[in-house]
Amino acid sequence: MRIVPHILGAAIAAAVLIGTPVSAAELTGTLKKINDSGTITLGHRDSSIPFSYIADASGKPVGYSHDIQLAIVEAIKKDLNKPDLNVKYNLVTSQTRIPLVQNGTVDVECGSTTNNAERAQQVDFSVGIFEIGTRLLSKKDSEYKDFDNLKGKNVVTTAGTTSERIIKAMNADKQMGMNVISAKDHGESFQMLESGRAVAFMMDDALLAGEMAKAKKPTDWAVTGTPQSYEIYGCMVRKDDPAFKKAVDDAIVGLYKSGEINKIYDKWFTQPIPPKGLNLMFPMSDELKALIANPTDKPAPDKKA
Amino acid sequence: MNYNWDWSVFFKSTGVGSETYLDWYISGLGWTIGISIVAWIIALILGSVLGVMRTVPNRIVSTIATVYVETFRNVPLLVQLFIWYFLVPDLLPDNLQEWYKQDLNPTTSAFLSVVVCLGLFTAARVCEQVRTGIQALPRGQESAARAMGFKLPQIYWNVLLPQAYRIIIPPLTSEFLNVFKNSSVASLIGLMELLAQTKQTAEFSANLFEAFTLATLIYFTLNMSLMLFMRLIEKKVAVPGLISVGGK
Repeated sequence: MRIVPHILGAAIAAAVLIGTPVSAAELTGTLKKINDSGTITLGHRDSSIPFSYIADASGKPVGYSHDIQLAIVEAIKKDLNKPDLNVKYNLVTSQTRIPLVQNGTVDVECGSTTNNAERAQQVDFSVGIFEIGTRLLSKKDSEYKDFDNLKGKNVVTTAGTTSERIIKAMNADKQMGMNVISAKDHGESFQMLESGRAVAFMMDDALLAGEMAKAKKPTDWAVTGTPQSYEIYGCMVRKDDPAFKKAVDDAIVGLYKSGEINKIYDKWFTQPIPPKGLNLMFPMSDELKALIANPTDKPAPDKKA
Repeated sequence: MNYNWDWSVFFKSTGVGSETYLDWYISGLGWTIGISIVAWIIALILGSVLGVMRTVPNRIVSTIATVYVETFRNVPLLVQLFIWYFLVPDLLPDNLQEWYKQDLNPTTSAFLSVVVCLGLFTAARVCEQVRTGIQALPRGQESAARAMGFKLPQIYWNVLLPQAYRIIIPPLTSEFLNVFKNSSVASLIGLMELLAQTKQTAEFSANLFEAFTLATLIYFTLNMSLMLFMRLIEKKVAVPGLISVGGK
């Protein structure tokens, strides 16, 4: 019976030899993993409209960040000379996205993840793909147009976001006596606003536009207020894997240089988007234009308005 | 795995006022205990009444209790919470609704929804424990009490319930612990109890594993001490010769 392990060993050795092109000897980390397995796993969100969300029954994501992610896949196909690279999707939430990138389940996550110092301890960020300001959503005809009007009022934000931290800190520093409600996701935050439990919803302006578009009567609402911070979204990759990060960065910068990014932007922010055919009517901000002109993988500078 | 461990994270500043992450856990633990105790009181009282109702010799009364149990036991807890939190306030009259949603502190309204939801949900389970406790007693107990001229309320109060409660302390303990664990659903309607604070710490610090490890330890320690405490009570109230205690 000793013969079986020998055959098995030979088969494995043969498989390894055949399956590995000579050039792959230089590959390391994630690129090697993708090359060897023939599969790249993309992390996506399910309700970050219009960045990465699921719009139909197929379960496949769509969105601005997702289009960028697909461009990354195309570039990697070219780099590895693997036109039939298999693409696997893996849904992540705000709680699971970092561990799933770290433990190798997900190779690259593009959604609405802010690049900040705490997260950069755990993962590496690509060059920025979007820049938002944290602002308010409130009734168009209400008096809650800016943060100063919110003293003693109920304000909702989504749990685990940078907006939550900013508004709680503002409440403590300026002793505004606001009641800050932390809802579990953007959809629920908006429900709190729409049902009258809160007078304003603080969040990333682009996401607010997305939520507004979902409202029963989108024209009743307005994104308003002075931005309290600017934040850069990035795609997350595993730490200390410079070759893969460079491949991802190059793919994104390629979109910026070719002007392709403008097409992707228009598709998601100034034209009707699935599933309901709503138009966010959210023109490109000066901050994002500057980011595209000078791509960076650093967090947004701490400039308060 | 490419993870950056940092156990000192709990002593770091959260960036909100002068609080550390540990302060968040402490305040979260306070809410968890508060929710659980209040919900447990509701569950114990209502559950006992319903448990008695299920065993009385009256068809209508026992049917009401049965319908209650089946309803509350067969609808997921989270669905019930969303009903109490989102739907029920919308059924209030307009001016009351306005007050509940706008003037009442949102933490208070979330707290009310959670304790009512958890209390009524657990009451259905306590009811079943009480019922089995009563039914486990020999029939002779009730007959003897009747023969001595006790009225129905007296039979329950003086003869059946004191014995039934002693029998069901172990399963009741387990329900009591369940209340503490189930109280974590409050994190989904924005009440900053232990799990909500854990998730917030995980998000803010990006030290997810440390955050959840600490929460696990806290829940475990809390439930272990409650279990030991209940075992103590069980020994204390045991009537020698009535039922065996603690497996002896």
